Amino acid sequence: MALLEIKNVGKLFQVDGQDMEALQDINLSIRDHEFVCFIGPSGCGKTTLLRIIAGLDDPSSGSVYLDGDLIMGPGPERGMVFQEYSLFPWRTVIDNIAFGLELKGVNKKERLERSKQYLKMVGLERFSDRYPHELSGGMKQRVAIARALVNDPKALLMDEPFGALDAQTRNIMQSELLRIWEEERSTVVFVTHSVDEAIYLADRIVIMSARPGRIKDVISIDIPRPRVRTSTEVNGIRDRILADLKSEIVTS
Amino acid sequence: MVSLLGLIVVWQLAAMVIDDTLLLPSFVQVLAALSNTWQEILTEDLPISLLHFGLGVGIGLLVALPIGMSMGWFRTADRLLDPIVEVVRPIPPLAWIPFAIVWFGLTNEAAGFIVFMGAVFPILINTYIGFRSLPRVYVESAKVLGATKDVDLIRYIAFPYALPSIAGGIRIAMGIAWMCLVAAEMFGVSTSGLGYKIWSYYYLHKMDYVLLYMIVLGVLGLLLDRSFRYVVEERMLRWRAGLMQ
Ligand SMILES: Nc1ncnc2c1ncn2[C@@H]1O[C@H](COP(=O)(O)OP(=O)(O)OP(=O)(O)O)[C@@H](O)[C@H]1O
Ligand SMILES: [Mg+2]
Repeated sequence: MALLEIKNVGKLFQVDGQDMEALQDINLSIRDHEFVCFIGPSGCGKTTLLRIIAGLDDPSSGSVYLDGDLIMGPGPERGMVFQEYSLFPWRTVIDNIAFGLELKGVNKKERLERSKQYLKMVGLERFSDRYPHELSGGMKQRVAIARALVNDPKALLMDEPFGALDAQTRNIMQSELLRIWEEERSTVVFVTHSVDEAIYLADRIVIMSARPGRIKDVISIDIPRPRVRTSTEVNGIRDRILADLKSEIVTS
Repeated sequence: MVSLLGLIVVWQLAAMVIDDTLLLPSFVQVLAALSNTWQEILTEDLPISLLHFGLGVGIGLLVALPIGMSMGWFRTADRLLDPIVEVVRPIPPLAWIPFAIVWFGLTNEAAGFIVFMGAVFPILINTYIGFRSLPRVYVESAKVLGATKDVDLIRYIAFPYALPSIAGGIRIAMGIAWMCLVAAEMFGVSTSGLGYKIWSYYYLHKMDYVLLYMIVLGVLGLLLDRSFRYVVEERMLRWRAGLMQ
C-alpha cells in the first residue's frame, strides 16, 4: 500500500506580481517504510515540495495524501527536520525532544522516559540537560531527529539535514540515520544536494529538473545496505545521476 | 568599595571646609539624620513608595503584556492598536500629573497611575519587538510537532522566545517607574512616600534629610535592579548565554 501519495502537485509563487511556477505536475507514490531521496539543482522546488507534504504550504494545484487522508495542514504524524538549526534555544535538549509529547498532554514522567529513549538512540544521553547552544551542528541535527521521532511519525521529512556539516560528520550521520530508520521503520523523504548521500541512503532517488520543478527520473537502488561508497555499482549509478543532473544545469 | 569609601571621605572633608549644612550636609550629619528617621523610613515612607511602585509596575505588566503580545502576534491587533500606542507613548508620564490628581485625587492610586504611565510602554514595546523578531523556523518546527493553535504557539514558542526582550523591557520600565515615583510624590500627587519627604524636608531647609532620602532612593533603586537581574537574567534566562556571545 502506498503511504504517501503526491498527486498532480503544482505550486505557483507570486513574484513581483508575476506567477512563478515552482512545481509542475508532481506525481509520486511513496511506500510504507520507504527511504526516498529528492535531488536536483538549487531552486528546483525540493524545499517547496517538502513543505507541501509537511502541510506548511498549500499546493496551488493537486493534493497530497497520507494513508489516504488529504493533507490539510501541519501535524505530528509528519515529522520534519529543517535545513537550518531549529531546536528551541530556550529548552534543554531533553525538553526539546519532549515538546511533542508535552503538547499531547503526556505526563511528565512518561514524557521524560520516552524522550530519554530517543536521546539514547541518537547517542546523546550525556547532553540531556544542556542547551542547544552548547551542542555542535551534528549534535543539534541529531536532537532534531530525535525530537521528530518521539512523536512516532508515519513519515519523516528531512530537508538537507546534514548540509551544514563537514564531510566526516556527514558520513557518520548518514549511517546513524540508516540505523535509526531500520529500528523505527518510518517512511523517510530526504532532500539532498549530494549524489553520494542519496545513493548511500535511498531505496529510490527522485531526480528533479529546474524551472518549473518536475520529476525527471526515478531510480531504484537495489544495492544491499550497508553500501560501500566506492563500489562499482555505486559508481555506475553515480555516473548516471550526474549525467542526468548535468543536462539539467545546461538547460536551466 | 574602595572608591565609595574615597567618595565618602572627600565628601566629609568638603562638607567640613564649606561648613554650611544648606549647601552640603556632611556624611556625619546624614548619618545622624538616618539614626533619627530610620524607623519612619522603614514603617511609613518605604511601604507607601513601594505601594505606588508596585501598583504602577504591576498594572503596567497586566496591561502591557497582553497588548504587546497580541500586537506582536495578530496583524489586525497591530493595525488597530499601533496608532493609539504611537500617539500616547510620546507624552511624558509626568505630563499626566494634573489628570492623575483630577481623576484620583491625592491618593495612592494617583501616584500609582503616574508610575504606570512610565512603566507600561517600555514593557509593551519590548514585548512587541520580542514577538516580532521570532524566527519563522521555530514557529514551523512547533507546528510540525503538533502545536497548531495560536494559544499553544504563543505559550510555548513566542513567549519563551520573547522573554529576554520582555525582561529587558521590565528592567527599563522599573528604572523609569522609579523616577516617575519620586516626581509624582514630589509634585504632590501623594502626601507621603520617599519622594514626598524629599520635598517636604526641602521646604524645611533640612538638607541633611533631603540628602539622606536621596541616598535611600539611590540604594533602593540599585537593589531593585540588581535583584531583578539576579532572579530573572541569571536564573530564568540561562539559555540566553549562547545568544549573547
Ligand atoms: N515563499 C516564496 N515566495 C516566492 N518564491 C519562492 C518562495 N519559496 C520559494 N520560492 C521560489 O521557488 C523556487 C523553489 O524554491 P525551493 O526553496 O523549493 O528550492 P530548492 O530546490 O529547495 O533549492 P535549494 O536546493 O537551493 O534549497 C525558487 O525559485 C524560489 O525562489
Ligand atoms: Mg531547499
